[in-house]
Amino acid sequence: MATQHSRSAARLMMAPAVVLLLGWMLVPLIMTLYFSFRKYLPLRGGDLGWVGFDNYVRFITSSAFWPAVQATLMIVGGVLLITVVLGVVLALLLDQPMWGQGIVRILVIAPFFVMPTVSALVWKNMFMDPVNGLFAHLWKAFGAEPVAWLSEASLPSIIMIVSWQWLPFATLILLTAIQSLDSEQLEAAEMDGAPALKRFWFIILPHLSRAITVVVLIQTIFLLSIFAEIFVTTQGSFGTRTLTYLIFQRVLESQNIGLGSAGGVYAIILANIVALFLMRIVGKNLDA
Amino acid sequence: MARAVTPQRKVINTALAWGVGLLIFFPILWTILTSFKTEAQAIADPPLFLNFDWTLENYAIVQERSDYMRFLWNSVIIAGGSTLLGIVIAVPAAWSMAFVPGRWTKDILLWMLSTKMLPAVGVLYPIYLIFIKLGLLDSRGGLVVVLMLINLPIIVWMLYTYFKEIPGEILEAARMDGAGLREELLYVLTPMAIPGIASTVLLNIILAWNEAFWTLNLTAAKAAPLTAFIASYSSPEGLFYAKLSAASTMAIAPILILGWFSQKQLVRGLTFGAVK
Repeated sequence: MATQHSRSAARLMMAPAVVLLLGWMLVPLIMTLYFSFRKYLPLRGGDLGWVGFDNYVRFITSSAFWPAVQATLMIVGGVLLITVVLGVVLALLLDQPMWGQGIVRILVIAPFFVMPTVSALVWKNMFMDPVNGLFAHLWKAFGAEPVAWLSEASLPSIIMIVSWQWLPFATLILLTAIQSLDSEQLEAAEMDGAPALKRFWFIILPHLSRAITVVVLIQTIFLLSIFAEIFVTTQGSFGTRTLTYLIFQRVLESQNIGLGSAGGVYAIILANIVALFLMRIVGKNLDA
Repeated sequence: MARAVTPQRKVINTALAWGVGLLIFFPILWTILTSFKTEAQAIADPPLFLNFDWTLENYAIVQERSDYMRFLWNSVIIAGGSTLLGIVIAVPAAWSMAFVPGRWTKDILLWMLSTKMLPAVGVLYPIYLIFIKLGLLDSRGGLVVVLMLINLPIIVWMLYTYFKEIPGEILEAARMDGAGLREELLYVLTPMAIPGIASTVLLNIILAWNEAFWTLNLTAAKAAPLTAFIASYSSPEGLFYAKLSAASTMAIAPILILGWFSQKQLVRGLTFGAVK
Protein backbone atom coordinates (compact mmCIF):
# COMPACT_ATOMS: atom_id res chain seq x y z
CA MET A 1 0.00 0.00 0.00
CA ALA A 2 2.83 2.37 0.83
CA THR A 3 4.58 3.77 -2.20
CA GLN A 4 8.13 5.05 -2.39
CA HIS A 5 6.69 8.54 -2.36
CA SER A 6 4.66 8.07 0.79
CA ARG A 7 7.62 6.39 2.48
CA SER A 8 9.85 9.39 2.06
CA ALA A 9 7.01 11.66 3.14
CA ALA A 10 6.63 9.50 6.25
CA ARG A 11 10.31 9.83 7.04
CA LEU A 12 10.05 13.57 6.72
CA MET A 13 7.08 13.66 9.08
CA MET A 14 8.97 11.66 11.67
CA ALA A 15 12.15 13.70 11.43
CA PRO A 16 11.37 16.56 13.84
CA ALA A 17 10.36 14.28 16.70
CA VAL A 18 13.31 11.94 16.16
CA VAL A 19 15.87 14.73 15.82
CA LEU A 20 14.61 16.60 18.88
CA LEU A 21 14.57 13.53 21.10
CA LEU A 22 17.97 12.46 19.84
CA GLY A 23 19.36 15.88 20.73
CA TRP A 24 17.58 15.89 24.08
CA MET A 25 19.09 12.53 24.89
CA LEU A 26 22.60 12.84 23.49
CA VAL A 27 23.68 16.40 24.26
CA PRO A 28 23.11 16.37 28.04
CA LEU A 29 24.26 12.76 28.28
CA ILE A 30 27.57 13.49 26.61
CA MET A 31 28.02 16.58 28.77
CA THR A 32 27.32 14.61 31.95
CA LEU A 33 29.79 11.93 30.86
CA TYR A 34 32.39 14.59 30.09
CA PHE A 35 31.96 16.39 33.43
CA SER A 36 32.07 13.12 35.33
CA PHE A 37 35.72 12.69 34.36
CA ARG A 38 36.75 16.19 35.38
CA LYS A 39 37.33 18.04 38.61
CA TYR A 40 34.84 20.81 38.05
CA LEU A 41 33.97 23.27 40.82
CA PRO A 42 32.31 26.37 39.28
CA LEU A 43 32.53 28.36 42.53
CA ARG A 44 35.98 27.21 43.59
CA GLY A 45 38.33 27.49 40.61
CA GLY A 46 36.14 26.20 37.75
CA ASP A 47 37.27 23.32 35.55
CA LEU A 48 40.44 21.92 37.12
CA GLY A 49 41.11 19.26 34.51
CA TRP A 50 40.90 15.54 33.86
CA VAL A 51 40.78 13.21 36.85
CA GLY A 52 39.96 9.85 35.28
CA PHE A 53 37.59 7.71 37.36
CA ASP A 54 38.28 9.67 40.55
CA ASN A 55 34.74 11.03 40.79
CA TYR A 56 33.22 7.60 40.29
CA VAL A 57 35.33 6.15 43.07
CA ARG A 58 34.74 9.11 45.38
CA PHE A 59 31.00 9.02 44.82
CA ILE A 60 30.60 5.43 45.95
CA THR A 61 33.18 5.62 48.71
CA SER A 62 31.69 8.78 50.26
CA SER A 63 29.98 8.23 53.60
CA ALA A 64 26.69 9.50 52.12
CA PHE A 65 26.50 6.90 49.36
CA TRP A 66 25.36 3.72 51.08
CA PRO A 67 22.80 5.43 53.29
CA ALA A 68 21.42 7.02 50.12
CA VAL A 69 21.20 3.66 48.36
CA GLN A 70 19.50 2.26 51.42
CA ALA A 71 16.99 5.12 51.62
CA THR A 72 16.25 4.80 47.90
CA LEU A 73 15.66 1.06 48.16
CA MET A 74 13.49 1.45 51.25
CA ILE A 75 11.31 4.09 49.61
CA VAL A 76 10.98 2.32 46.27
CA GLY A 77 10.45 -1.08 47.89
CA GLY A 78 8.07 0.21 50.54
CA VAL A 79 5.91 2.16 48.12
CA LEU A 80 5.81 -0.73 45.64
CA LEU A 81 4.76 -3.19 48.31
CA ILE A 82 2.02 -0.94 49.68
CA THR A 83 0.64 0.22 46.34
CA VAL A 84 0.61 -3.22 44.70
CA VAL A 85 -0.94 -5.07 47.64
CA LEU A 86 -3.52 -2.39 48.40
CA GLY A 87 -3.99 -1.79 44.69
CA VAL A 88 -5.00 -5.41 44.10
CA VAL A 89 -7.37 -5.35 47.08
CA LEU A 90 -8.92 -2.05 46.00
CA ALA A 91 -9.24 -3.13 42.39
CA LEU A 92 -11.05 -6.30 43.49
CA LEU A 93 -13.34 -4.23 45.69
CA LEU A 94 -14.10 -1.66 43.02
CA ASP A 95 -14.88 -4.43 40.54
CA GLN A 96 -17.75 -5.65 42.74
CA PRO A 97 -21.32 -4.58 41.98
CA MET A 98 -22.26 -1.58 44.15
CA TRP A 99 -24.10 1.71 44.18
CA GLY A 100 -22.20 4.82 43.15
CA GLN A 101 -19.25 2.95 41.63
CA GLY A 102 -18.34 5.90 39.42
CA ILE A 103 -18.11 8.30 42.35
CA VAL A 104 -16.01 5.91 44.42
CA ARG A 105 -13.64 5.52 41.50
CA ILE A 106 -13.26 9.27 41.29
CA LEU A 107 -12.54 9.52 45.02
CA VAL A 108 -9.89 6.81 44.80
CA ILE A 109 -8.16 8.23 41.73
CA ALA A 110 -8.08 11.86 42.92
CA PRO A 111 -4.72 11.80 44.77
CA PHE A 112 -2.93 11.04 41.50
CA PHE A 113 -3.87 14.46 40.17
CA VAL A 114 -2.59 16.40 43.15
CA MET A 115 0.75 18.03 42.39
CA PRO A 116 3.64 16.51 44.40
CA THR A 117 4.49 19.73 46.23
CA VAL A 118 0.89 20.10 47.42
CA SER A 119 0.51 16.56 48.66
CA ALA A 120 3.87 16.62 50.42
CA LEU A 121 3.14 19.92 52.17
CA VAL A 122 -0.42 19.05 53.13
CA TRP A 123 0.73 15.77 54.65
CA LYS A 124 3.72 17.37 56.34
CA ASN A 125 1.87 20.26 57.98
CA MET A 126 -1.74 19.33 58.33
CA PHE A 127 -1.39 15.64 59.14
CA MET A 128 2.12 14.90 60.40
CA ASP A 129 2.87 18.05 62.36
CA PRO A 130 3.56 16.96 65.97
CA VAL A 131 1.60 19.88 67.47
CA ASN A 132 -1.24 20.86 65.18
CA GLY A 133 -1.38 17.92 62.79
CA LEU A 134 -4.47 15.78 62.59
CA PHE A 135 -2.48 12.68 63.56
CA ALA A 136 -1.30 14.47 66.69
CA HIS A 137 -4.94 15.22 67.64
CA LEU A 138 -5.86 11.63 66.92
CA TRP A 139 -3.00 10.27 69.02
CA LYS A 140 -3.88 12.59 71.90
CA ALA A 141 -7.53 11.55 71.68
CA PHE A 142 -6.39 8.00 72.39
CA GLY A 143 -4.07 9.17 75.13
CA ALA A 144 -0.88 8.51 73.19
CA GLU A 145 2.12 10.79 72.83
CA PRO A 146 2.04 12.60 69.41
CA VAL A 147 4.80 11.54 67.03
CA ALA A 148 7.08 13.98 65.20
CA TRP A 149 6.56 11.96 62.04
CA LEU A 150 9.04 13.52 59.65
CA SER A 151 11.95 13.51 62.07
CA GLU A 152 11.31 10.43 64.21
CA ALA A 153 9.80 8.19 61.55
CA SER A 154 11.03 9.99 58.46
CA LEU A 155 11.30 7.12 56.00
CA PRO A 156 7.90 5.59 56.81
CA SER A 157 6.37 9.07 56.56
CA ILE A 158 7.82 9.66 53.10
CA ILE A 159 6.77 6.16 52.05
CA MET A 160 3.25 6.90 53.29
CA ILE A 161 3.02 10.21 51.37
CA VAL A 162 4.35 8.73 48.15
CA SER A 163 2.16 5.62 48.47
CA TRP A 164 -0.89 7.85 48.78
CA GLN A 165 0.10 9.51 45.51
CA TRP A 166 0.72 6.27 43.62
CA LEU A 167 -1.99 3.98 44.99
CA PRO A 168 -4.55 5.41 42.51
CA PHE A 169 -2.27 4.61 39.58
CA ALA A 170 -1.79 1.00 40.68
CA THR A 171 -5.49 0.60 41.45
CA LEU A 172 -6.64 2.02 38.15
CA ILE A 173 -4.36 -0.17 36.06
CA LEU A 174 -5.13 -3.32 38.05
CA LEU A 175 -8.85 -2.54 37.84
CA THR A 176 -8.58 -2.20 34.07
CA ALA A 177 -6.83 -5.57 33.97
CA ILE A 178 -9.42 -7.25 36.20
CA GLN A 179 -12.23 -5.97 34.03
CA SER A 180 -10.68 -7.65 31.01
CA LEU A 181 -10.87 -11.01 32.78
CA ASP A 182 -13.27 -13.44 31.17
CA SER A 183 -16.10 -13.68 33.70
CA GLU A 184 -17.24 -17.05 32.36
CA GLN A 185 -14.06 -18.62 33.58
CA LEU A 186 -14.72 -17.32 37.07
CA GLU A 187 -18.32 -18.44 37.00
CA ALA A 188 -17.29 -21.90 35.88
CA ALA A 189 -14.81 -22.11 38.75
CA GLU A 190 -17.48 -20.91 41.13
CA MET A 191 -19.94 -23.57 39.94
CA ASP A 192 -17.27 -26.23 40.33
CA GLY A 193 -17.14 -25.17 43.95
CA ALA A 194 -13.78 -23.41 44.01
CA PRO A 195 -13.69 -21.19 47.13
CA ALA A 196 -13.08 -17.45 46.74
CA LEU A 197 -9.47 -17.62 47.89
CA LYS A 198 -8.65 -20.33 45.37
CA ARG A 199 -10.39 -18.42 42.59
CA PHE A 200 -8.27 -15.42 43.48
CA TRP A 201 -5.03 -17.37 43.69
CA PHE A 202 -5.41 -19.55 40.59
CA ILE A 203 -7.44 -17.40 38.21
CA ILE A 204 -7.36 -13.72 39.12
CA LEU A 205 -3.76 -13.36 40.27
CA PRO A 206 -2.21 -15.11 37.25
CA HIS A 207 -4.38 -12.94 35.02
CA LEU A 208 -3.09 -9.86 36.81
CA SER A 209 0.57 -10.85 36.74
CA ARG A 210 1.36 -8.84 33.63
CA ALA A 211 -0.44 -5.74 34.86
CA ILE A 212 1.38 -6.04 38.19
CA THR A 213 4.70 -6.29 36.38
CA VAL A 214 3.89 -3.18 34.38
CA VAL A 215 2.84 -1.29 37.51
CA VAL A 216 6.04 -2.32 39.30
CA LEU A 217 8.31 -1.31 36.42
CA ILE A 218 6.67 2.01 35.63
CA GLN A 219 6.43 2.99 39.27
CA THR A 220 10.05 2.00 39.87
CA ILE A 221 11.19 4.36 37.15
CA PHE A 222 9.17 7.24 38.62
CA LEU A 223 9.97 6.37 42.24
CA LEU A 224 13.71 6.23 41.65
CA SER A 225 13.53 9.91 40.77
CA ILE A 226 11.08 11.33 43.32
CA PHE A 227 12.31 14.75 44.27
CA ALA A 228 9.66 17.29 45.28
CA GLU A 229 8.32 15.13 48.12
CA ILE A 230 11.72 15.22 49.81
CA PHE A 231 12.57 18.77 48.76
CA VAL A 232 9.60 20.29 50.62
CA THR A 233 9.52 17.95 53.63
CA THR A 234 12.90 16.92 55.04
CA GLN A 235 15.35 18.36 52.51
CA GLY A 236 17.15 15.05 52.68
CA SER A 237 17.74 15.09 56.44
CA PHE A 238 16.75 12.37 58.94
CA GLY A 239 17.96 9.60 56.63
CA THR A 240 15.71 10.49 53.70
CA ARG A 241 18.50 11.48 51.32
CA THR A 242 17.87 9.30 48.28
CA LEU A 243 20.30 8.82 45.43
CA THR A 244 18.43 11.41 43.38
CA TYR A 245 18.52 13.90 46.22
CA LEU A 246 22.20 13.24 46.93
CA ILE A 247 23.09 13.96 43.30
CA PHE A 248 20.94 17.10 43.37
CA GLN A 249 22.81 18.32 46.45
CA ARG A 250 26.22 17.57 44.94
CA VAL A 251 25.34 19.42 41.75
CA LEU A 252 23.32 22.45 42.81
CA GLU A 253 24.01 22.89 46.52
CA SER A 254 27.73 22.09 46.86
CA GLN A 255 28.38 22.81 43.16
CA ASN A 256 30.68 19.84 42.77
CA ILE A 257 29.77 19.11 39.18
CA GLY A 258 32.29 16.35 38.56
CA LEU A 259 31.16 14.33 41.56
CA GLY A 260 27.48 14.97 40.89
CA SER A 261 27.86 13.96 37.25
CA ALA A 262 29.51 10.68 38.22
CA GLY A 263 26.51 10.08 40.50
CA GLY A 264 24.25 10.99 37.60
CA VAL A 265 25.87 8.35 35.43
CA TYR A 266 25.23 5.75 38.13
CA ALA A 267 21.58 6.85 38.28
CA ILE A 268 21.24 6.62 34.51
CA ILE A 269 22.70 3.10 34.48
CA LEU A 270 20.36 2.03 37.29
CA ALA A 271 17.29 3.45 35.55
CA ASN A 272 18.27 1.78 32.30
CA ILE A 273 18.45 -1.63 33.90
CA VAL A 274 14.83 -1.24 35.03
CA ALA A 275 13.82 0.28 31.71
CA LEU A 276 15.23 -2.68 29.81
CA PHE A 277 12.72 -5.02 31.45
CA LEU A 278 9.85 -2.62 30.87
CA MET A 279 10.80 -2.23 27.21
CA ARG A 280 10.74 -5.95 26.71
CA ILE A 281 7.15 -6.18 27.96
CA VAL A 282 5.98 -3.15 26.02
CA GLY A 283 7.78 -4.35 22.89
CA LYS A 284 6.10 -7.76 23.03
CA ASN A 285 2.75 -6.06 23.02
CA LEU A 286 3.58 -3.92 20.02
CA ASP A 287 2.61 -5.30 16.64
CA ALA A 288 4.12 -2.57 14.52
CA MET B 1 -19.67 -7.03 33.88
CA ALA B 2 -22.79 -7.10 35.94
CA ARG B 3 -22.82 -10.20 38.07
CA ALA B 4 -25.86 -11.13 40.05
CA VAL B 5 -25.30 -10.79 43.78
CA THR B 6 -27.53 -10.78 46.80
CA PRO B 7 -28.73 -7.36 47.99
CA GLN B 8 -26.87 -7.86 51.28
CA ARG B 9 -23.59 -8.39 49.41
CA LYS B 10 -24.23 -5.27 47.41
CA VAL B 11 -24.89 -3.21 50.55
CA ILE B 12 -21.68 -4.48 52.14
CA ASN B 13 -19.68 -3.79 48.97
CA THR B 14 -21.09 -0.32 48.74
CA ALA B 15 -20.38 0.55 52.37
CA LEU B 16 -16.86 -0.85 52.20
CA ALA B 17 -15.97 0.84 48.94
CA TRP B 18 -17.37 4.21 49.99
CA GLY B 19 -15.51 3.98 53.29
CA VAL B 20 -12.20 3.27 51.60
CA GLY B 21 -12.86 5.86 48.89
CA LEU B 22 -13.59 8.59 51.41
CA LEU B 23 -10.53 7.64 53.46
CA ILE B 24 -8.28 7.98 50.42
CA PHE B 25 -9.94 11.22 49.38
CA PHE B 26 -9.90 12.63 52.91
CA PRO B 27 -6.60 14.60 52.70
CA ILE B 28 -7.98 16.49 49.71
CA LEU B 29 -11.35 17.05 51.39
CA TRP B 30 -9.59 18.22 54.56
CA THR B 31 -7.48 20.67 52.56
CA ILE B 32 -10.55 22.11 50.86
CA LEU B 33 -12.42 22.42 54.18
CA THR B 34 -9.45 24.04 55.92
CA SER B 35 -9.15 26.62 53.18
CA PHE B 36 -12.50 28.06 54.33
CA LYS B 37 -11.51 28.36 58.00
CA THR B 38 -9.76 31.17 59.82
CA GLU B 39 -6.18 30.42 60.92
CA ALA B 40 -7.37 29.96 64.52
CA GLN B 41 -10.09 27.53 63.48
CA ALA B 42 -7.64 25.64 61.28
CA ILE B 43 -5.54 24.61 64.28
CA ALA B 44 -8.42 24.31 66.75
CA ASP B 45 -8.19 21.46 69.23
CA PRO B 46 -10.24 19.31 68.79
CA PRO B 47 -10.30 19.82 65.00
CA LEU B 48 -13.41 21.37 63.45
CA PHE B 49 -15.04 19.52 60.58
CA LEU B 50 -18.06 21.43 59.31
CA ASN B 51 -19.06 23.45 62.35
CA PHE B 52 -17.01 26.59 61.68
CA ASP B 53 -17.69 30.00 60.18
CA TRP B 54 -17.01 29.60 56.50
CA THR B 55 -14.85 32.40 55.15
CA LEU B 56 -13.22 33.28 51.84
CA GLU B 57 -10.61 35.56 53.38
CA ASN B 58 -7.71 33.11 52.82
CA TYR B 59 -8.26 33.13 49.09
CA ALA B 60 -8.17 36.92 49.07
CA ILE B 61 -5.04 37.04 51.23
CA VAL B 62 -3.15 34.46 49.15
CA GLN B 63 -3.88 36.37 45.97
CA GLU B 64 -3.02 39.73 47.51
CA ARG B 65 0.24 38.67 49.17
CA SER B 66 1.79 36.50 46.56
CA ASP B 67 0.17 37.48 43.31
CA TYR B 68 -1.29 34.02 42.82
CA MET B 69 -2.58 34.88 39.35
CA ARG B 70 0.97 35.25 38.02
CA PHE B 71 1.90 31.71 39.12
CA LEU B 72 -1.35 30.37 37.75
CA TRP B 73 -0.70 32.08 34.44
CA ASN B 74 2.83 30.62 34.33
CA SER B 75 1.38 27.15 34.94
CA VAL B 76 -1.17 27.62 32.19
CA ILE B 77 1.44 28.82 29.70
CA ILE B 78 3.96 26.12 30.58
CA ALA B 79 1.53 23.20 30.71
CA GLY B 80 -0.56 24.35 27.75
CA GLY B 81 2.36 25.53 25.64
CA SER B 82 4.45 22.42 26.10
CA THR B 83 1.46 20.20 25.30
CA LEU B 84 0.50 22.09 22.15
CA LEU B 85 4.08 22.22 20.91
CA GLY B 86 4.39 18.52 21.62
CA ILE B 87 1.19 17.75 19.70
CA VAL B 88 2.35 19.74 16.67
CA ILE B 89 5.58 17.75 16.54
CA ALA B 90 4.11 14.39 17.52
CA VAL B 91 1.04 14.21 15.26
CA PRO B 92 2.98 13.90 11.98
CA ALA B 93 5.42 11.42 13.56
CA ALA B 94 2.73 9.20 15.10
CA TRP B 95 0.72 9.46 11.91
CA SER B 96 3.48 8.23 9.66
CA MET B 97 4.43 5.44 12.05
CA ALA B 98 0.82 4.23 12.27
CA PHE B 99 -0.02 4.40 8.56
CA VAL B 100 3.30 3.92 6.79
CA PRO B 101 5.17 1.60 9.13
CA GLY B 102 8.68 0.82 8.03
CA ARG B 103 11.29 -1.69 9.09
CA TRP B 104 12.45 0.49 11.97
CA THR B 105 9.13 1.80 13.25
CA LYS B 106 8.97 -0.50 16.24
CA ASP B 107 12.56 0.22 17.23
CA ILE B 108 12.05 3.95 16.91
CA LEU B 109 8.96 3.80 19.12
CA LEU B 110 10.76 1.83 21.80
CA TRP B 111 13.78 4.08 21.62
CA MET B 112 11.58 7.14 22.06
CA LEU B 113 10.06 5.56 25.13
CA SER B 114 13.52 4.83 26.51
CA THR B 115 14.42 8.53 26.46
CA LYS B 116 11.58 8.98 28.95
CA MET B 117 13.44 6.72 31.36
CA LEU B 118 16.46 8.99 31.55
CA PRO B 119 16.58 10.19 35.17
CA ALA B 120 16.29 13.96 35.20
CA VAL B 121 18.86 14.40 37.94
CA GLY B 122 21.47 12.70 35.75
CA VAL B 123 21.31 15.54 33.26
CA LEU B 124 20.47 18.34 35.70
CA TYR B 125 23.73 20.24 35.37
CA PRO B 126 24.03 20.10 31.57
CA ILE B 127 20.50 21.44 31.19
CA TYR B 128 21.16 24.03 33.89
CA LEU B 129 24.33 25.11 32.07
CA ILE B 130 22.63 25.25 28.68
CA PHE B 131 19.84 27.32 30.23
CA ILE B 132 22.35 29.79 31.69
CA LYS B 133 24.29 30.06 28.42
CA LEU B 134 21.12 30.65 26.41
CA GLY B 135 19.62 33.00 28.99
CA LEU B 136 16.68 30.64 29.50
CA LEU B 137 16.94 30.26 33.27
CA ASP B 138 13.70 31.38 34.91
CA SER B 139 11.95 31.81 31.56
CA ARG B 140 8.65 30.28 30.54
CA GLY B 141 9.94 29.56 27.04
CA GLY B 142 12.74 27.37 28.34
CA LEU B 143 10.39 25.33 30.50
CA VAL B 144 7.90 24.93 27.66
CA VAL B 145 10.66 23.31 25.59
CA VAL B 146 11.96 21.08 28.39
CA LEU B 147 8.51 19.85 29.44
CA MET B 148 7.61 19.30 25.80
CA LEU B 149 10.70 17.12 25.39
CA ILE B 150 10.12 15.04 28.50
CA ASN B 151 6.51 14.39 27.51
CA LEU B 152 7.04 13.97 23.76
CA PRO B 153 7.56 10.19 24.01
CA ILE B 154 4.24 9.79 25.83
CA ILE B 155 2.47 12.03 23.34
CA VAL B 156 3.85 10.10 20.35
CA TRP B 157 2.96 6.80 21.97
CA MET B 158 -0.58 7.72 22.87
CA LEU B 159 -1.28 9.17 19.44
CA TYR B 160 0.27 6.13 17.81
CA THR B 161 -2.01 3.74 19.70
CA TYR B 162 -5.06 5.86 18.81
CA PHE B 163 -4.12 6.20 15.13
CA LYS B 164 -3.48 2.47 14.92
CA GLU B 165 -7.15 1.91 15.68
CA ILE B 166 -8.28 3.82 12.60
CA PRO B 167 -8.94 1.14 9.96
CA GLY B 168 -6.68 1.38 6.92
CA GLU B 169 -9.50 0.31 4.57
CA ILE B 170 -11.12 3.69 5.01
CA LEU B 171 -8.02 5.32 3.58
CA GLU B 172 -8.03 2.98 0.61
CA ALA B 173 -11.67 3.68 -0.03
CA ALA B 174 -11.00 7.41 0.04
CA ARG B 175 -8.10 6.97 -2.37
CA MET B 176 -10.27 4.95 -4.75
CA ASP B 177 -12.74 7.79 -4.72
CA GLY B 178 -9.93 10.02 -5.91
CA ALA B 179 -8.91 11.73 -2.68
CA GLY B 180 -5.40 13.17 -2.72
CA LEU B 181 -3.06 13.15 0.26
CA ARG B 182 -4.38 16.54 1.36
CA GLU B 183 -8.07 15.61 1.22
CA GLU B 184 -7.28 12.30 2.85
CA LEU B 185 -5.62 14.02 5.79
CA LEU B 186 -8.13 16.82 6.11
CA TYR B 187 -11.49 15.14 5.57
CA VAL B 188 -10.96 11.48 6.34
CA LEU B 189 -8.30 11.04 8.98
CA THR B 190 -8.54 14.23 11.00
CA PRO B 191 -12.17 13.83 12.08
CA MET B 192 -11.46 10.26 13.16
CA ALA B 193 -8.34 11.26 15.04
CA ILE B 194 -9.79 14.17 17.01
CA PRO B 195 -10.94 12.14 20.06
CA GLY B 196 -7.52 10.51 20.39
CA ILE B 197 -5.74 13.83 20.08
CA ALA B 198 -8.06 15.38 22.66
CA SER B 199 -7.36 12.66 25.22
CA THR B 200 -3.65 12.98 24.60
CA VAL B 201 -3.80 16.73 25.15
CA LEU B 202 -5.73 16.23 28.38
CA LEU B 203 -3.33 13.74 29.91
CA ASN B 204 -0.29 15.77 28.97
CA ILE B 205 -1.62 18.98 30.42
CA ILE B 206 -2.04 17.08 33.69
CA LEU B 207 1.48 15.66 33.58
CA ALA B 208 3.04 19.02 32.72
CA TRP B 209 0.97 20.90 35.31
CA ASN B 210 2.23 18.62 38.09
CA GLU B 211 5.83 18.27 36.93
CA ALA B 212 8.00 19.18 39.91
CA PHE B 213 11.65 18.59 39.14
CA TRP B 214 12.46 20.92 36.30
CA THR B 215 9.91 23.52 37.35
CA LEU B 216 11.53 23.68 40.80
CA ASN B 217 15.12 23.71 39.58
CA LEU B 218 14.92 25.95 36.53
CA THR B 219 12.71 28.78 37.78
CA ALA B 220 13.06 31.51 40.38
CA ALA B 221 10.69 34.44 40.73
CA LYS B 222 9.65 35.28 37.20
CA ALA B 223 8.59 32.06 35.51
CA ALA B 224 7.72 29.97 38.56
CA PRO B 225 4.52 27.94 38.10
CA LEU B 226 2.20 26.71 40.87
CA THR B 227 4.42 23.76 41.83
CA ALA B 228 7.16 26.20 42.83
CA PHE B 229 4.68 28.62 44.40
CA ILE B 230 3.42 25.89 46.72
CA ALA B 231 6.98 24.75 47.48
CA SER B 232 7.65 28.27 48.77
CA TYR B 233 5.17 27.45 51.55
CA SER B 234 7.45 24.75 52.92
CA SER B 235 8.53 27.14 55.67
CA PRO B 236 7.52 29.04 57.63
CA GLU B 237 4.31 30.09 55.87
CA GLY B 238 3.29 26.43 55.74
CA LEU B 239 2.34 26.75 59.39
CA PHE B 240 -0.53 28.98 58.35
CA TYR B 241 -2.76 26.06 57.50
CA ALA B 242 -5.73 27.99 56.18
CA LYS B 243 -3.64 29.93 53.69
CA LEU B 244 -1.64 26.87 52.68
CA SER B 245 -4.95 25.11 52.09
CA ALA B 246 -6.40 27.93 50.05
CA ALA B 247 -3.27 28.09 47.88
CA SER B 248 -3.24 24.30 47.51
CA THR B 249 -6.92 24.10 46.64
CA MET B 250 -6.50 26.68 43.91
CA ALA B 251 -3.43 24.87 42.56
CA ILE B 252 -5.07 21.45 42.30
CA ALA B 253 -8.67 22.30 41.45
CA PRO B 254 -8.28 22.76 37.68
CA ILE B 255 -6.33 19.52 37.33
CA LEU B 256 -8.67 17.50 39.55
CA ILE B 257 -11.50 18.45 37.24
CA LEU B 258 -9.53 17.70 34.06
CA GLY B 259 -8.25 14.52 35.65
CA TRP B 260 -11.68 13.11 36.30
CA PHE B 261 -12.43 13.40 32.60
CA SER B 262 -9.28 11.56 31.67
CA GLN B 263 -9.36 8.46 33.90
CA LYS B 264 -9.70 6.11 30.95
CA GLN B 265 -6.87 7.68 28.98
CA LEU B 266 -4.66 7.54 32.02
CA VAL B 267 -4.21 3.80 31.75
CA ARG B 268 -3.44 3.90 28.06
CA GLY B 269 -1.15 6.90 28.35
CA LEU B 270 0.90 5.73 31.27
CA THR B 271 1.31 2.08 30.39
CA PHE B 272 2.15 2.67 26.73
CA GLY B 273 -0.50 0.22 25.62
CA ALA B 274 0.91 -2.59 27.75
CA VAL B 275 -2.34 -2.83 29.74
CA LYS B 276 -5.67 -2.49 28.01
